[in-house]
Amino acid sequence: MALLTIRNLSVRFETAAGTLRAVDDVSLDLEEGEVLGVVGESGSGKTVAMLALMGLVPFPGRVSAERLSFAGRDLMTIGDRDRRRMIGKDIAMIFQDPTTSLNPCFTVGFQLIEALRVHEGMGRNAAHRRAIALLEQVGIPEPESRLKAFPHQLSGGMSQRVMIAMAIAGRPRLLIADEPTTALDVTIQAQILELLRSLQRERGMALVMITHNMGVVAEMAERVVVMYAGQIMEERAAADLFAGPQHPYTAALLAALPERSADDDRLATIPGVIPGVYDRPPGCLFAPRCGDATPRCRAQPELRAWQGGRVRCHYPLGDPQRDAARAADEPAFAAVTP
Amino acid sequence: MIRFVLTRLGLLVPTFLGITLLAFVLIRLVPGDPIETLAGERGLDPALHEKLRQEYGFDKPWLTQYAIYIGRVLHGDLGRSLITHEPVLSEFRSLFPATVELALCAIAFALPIGLGAGMLAAVRRNSIFDQGVMGVSLAGYSMPIFWWGLLLILLFSVELDLTPVSGRISVMYFIEPVTGFLLIDTLLSDQEGAFLSAVGHLILPSIVLGTVPLAVVARMTRSAMLEVLGEDYIRTARAKGLPSWRVIGLHALRNALIPVVTVIGLQISVLFTGAILTETIFSWPGVGKWLIESINRRDYPVLQGGTLLIGTTVMTVNLVVDLLYGLINPRIRYAK
Amino acid sequence: MPSPSAASSQPPHPLREFWQYFSVNRGAVAGLTVLAVVLVAALLADVISPHSPYATDSTVALTPPFWQHGGSLAFPLGTDAIGRDILSRLIHGARLSLTIGVSVVALSTVVGVVLGLAAGFARGAVDIAVMRAMDVLLTMPSLLLAIVIVAVLGPGLMNAMLAVAVVVLPHYVRVTRAAVLGELAKDYVTASRVSGAGTLRLMFKDVLPNCTAPLIVQASLGVSTAILDAAALGFLGLGAQPPSPEWGTMLADAREFVLRAWWVVTFPGLMILITVLACNLLGDGLRDALDPKLKV
Repeated sequence: MALLTIRNLSVRFETAAGTLRAVDDVSLDLEEGEVLGVVGESGSGKTVAMLALMGLVPFPGRVSAERLSFAGRDLMTIGDRDRRRMIGKDIAMIFQDPTTSLNPCFTVGFQLIEALRVHEGMGRNAAHRRAIALLEQVGIPEPESRLKAFPHQLSGGMSQRVMIAMAIAGRPRLLIADEPTTALDVTIQAQILELLRSLQRERGMALVMITHNMGVVAEMAERVVVMYAGQIMEERAAADLFAGPQHPYTAALLAALPERSADDDRLATIPGVIPGVYDRPPGCLFAPRCGDATPRCRAQPELRAWQGGRVRCHYPLGDPQRDAARAADEPAFAAVTP
Repeated sequence: MIRFVLTRLGLLVPTFLGITLLAFVLIRLVPGDPIETLAGERGLDPALHEKLRQEYGFDKPWLTQYAIYIGRVLHGDLGRSLITHEPVLSEFRSLFPATVELALCAIAFALPIGLGAGMLAAVRRNSIFDQGVMGVSLAGYSMPIFWWGLLLILLFSVELDLTPVSGRISVMYFIEPVTGFLLIDTLLSDQEGAFLSAVGHLILPSIVLGTVPLAVVARMTRSAMLEVLGEDYIRTARAKGLPSWRVIGLHALRNALIPVVTVIGLQISVLFTGAILTETIFSWPGVGKWLIESINRRDYPVLQGGTLLIGTTVMTVNLVVDLLYGLINPRIRYAK
Repeated sequence: MPSPSAASSQPPHPLREFWQYFSVNRGAVAGLTVLAVVLVAALLADVISPHSPYATDSTVALTPPFWQHGGSLAFPLGTDAIGRDILSRLIHGARLSLTIGVSVVALSTVVGVVLGLAAGFARGAVDIAVMRAMDVLLTMPSLLLAIVIVAVLGPGLMNAMLAVAVVVLPHYVRVTRAAVLGELAKDYVTASRVSGAGTLRLMFKDVLPNCTAPLIVQASLGVSTAILDAAALGFLGLGAQPPSPEWGTMLADAREFVLRAWWVVTFPGLMILITVLACNLLGDGLRDALDPKLKV
């Protein structure tokens, strides 16, 4: 049985301007100890989907799902108290900006020990010793004195290590890392990623890496989910994804990597922007920006099984019939529509 | 923190000078001869006029006059009342505790209710309770408090006969002034019913004076809490699986208190303004009523001295509140 | 290759968007309506008042409102101690209060903006001097400061208005200065300077228009403060002098009638409350609509 099962998860925000579908019918499974990368641009819904899992979607968002279960427990019907026992203990999450994610009014030690005492019911001295051990595990030098520090006295990298320490304190089976290195210096990024990787291996934790950086995905993930405008566009094993992306969006993301434009004068970009509330296309959400769209793309493609993974496209890139299908669909649909 | 304290203390000097300048200039701006203004009568005997002129230093350049004035102020000489002939400073000292007692009771009324209502409104955002709090507090600071006081007197003292109309205590008691605070002095004097009488006289004035601070604190607490509740570290606290009361009552409130303390500091000034009006309505023998009477009776030394003293008091209290703010904000207290 | 047409609506025009945000706030619309009514009453005071606000008649002194025993529709809200019709005085008082509110705000806005611009642009000694002076003004309790100014200048409506304008001045200076400092840090100002714009032009053409939103909010809230403070001065006998029908002045002698004539006490204060409340609702609505980021 999978550790995490999500079926048709949707998160909607009612705004003065209309309904924003931040997450639209997302389904996926996660196994024990697996490392999953969730990739997408800003606004793709990758963070909100994971927040929905944790029960942290901010007001006025509304969460709905056919199935949302973790370690056999149904997260949709779970009571508040049981949910709180799980969050921070069995499922933990770390966020993008560590400097604003720590409470500025309390010391690092207070916030770390608090987690230990609430979940594990530890006495103060035991919690104190365990806190020092945790700080050592995440590679913080002089942990004893760090406990008395306030968040504004720590650097970005140090703060993120503290966040990680707080997250793993309860020995979680699943750790969700939302862009953990985006706000950090490049030199620190590698250290944090290495830390996450080693912790994952040692503890057999499942890890979900949310990122917009394909390089991070390449380093860390075993399997990758590509999201766009709240929907999953492609899901595949990491190696296969990089060798042969199936969705035009994935291909465009990879092409946009600076490394791939090393020989050219210009960086490849994806023209256009993610649809918002006002301009959501009726069919395939990526169609307005896709170079290969045909009139058929006015109909929403299903997320279907394809070559060992899943893809949401009428014309997956690995389909040998692709060009023929596209050519055929152009005049056929043109004749039907006015 | 040290730098913060020093900066704040440094600001004291120019502000104090500004206040003294204001008081100094006041007398000289009143139409007519300033000496006659200070003496309180027209058509002085020329010899007396000349004597006073030299005594007050009007024959010297105004910068010297200002220096003399500051010198006298720092020695505690603020002149004498034209009516009672008592030193202004000692009159202030005897009347000040009444105003302070009233102000403290007003704060004791406004602060807990304001904080509680604001917090609850933020947590139950957009609910009936929230809208009620916002509505009532809006009415609260739109209220002319001199009218509000009269209305409450009409209702509770006249119609319902529940509370007394004026004064600090029933006239049948004579209380030895030990601290100047009747709530303490009546307990010390051991007279039957005195304490209750003092309390009864404090109820209505405290509510009236505390109305505007209550409204402002409630609003400010609500908006500070709403802002804090949207911060990343609250999301982290929830992600840690902490119980709701801890997230709101500890993590959020502790941060929300920081701007609220600033607002409370600003209310000190408002409290004095309100005290002037409240004391007038309830015939409360404090410095507010004293000042108003000084204008009506053209008692300029009292007006000048009273302005200086009240301004200085507010300035000092503001300083204390500022320092308190520095203490509760870790970014200032433990600056890098 | 044509892409499928996009669905849905266009983002709305800015003015329409402003009205959308504003009108959703029922309180703000209510405030606007009430103020409009008060304004119309003030403008048409001479036409719609049943009596002159100054006409005395001791035979009808202290008549109760028409719904009470002894009252009559000739004097719908009753009369005061010397027989003047309260309703007429209230209507004419509206004219006074609105004039006070607008004049005070206009004066302090103009002076405040000039000082704020000077402080923000000049920095250095000018900035420090202006801000220290504003600090002193802010430290002094507002009514105390107003009283001192009126004590010097003498009681009366004009002097009271001047006093209130001085008392609220620091707020406009601060708001302007803060907005100026905020704008100066932005790139478009640097760009403008680079292309050779002089300081005055920069001040008025580029920076000031961007400060208007907080100033508008401050001004609309300032009208309510002005009306309250002027009424307080009137109540203390330092503002508009009798027989002027200013609402605060009407309350000055009201204390002694608390026992026998509740209507003399209640109605003037109620008018102040309603008008100030309407102003504050409007001000809040403007703030929420003009800068949703500030919305509480």
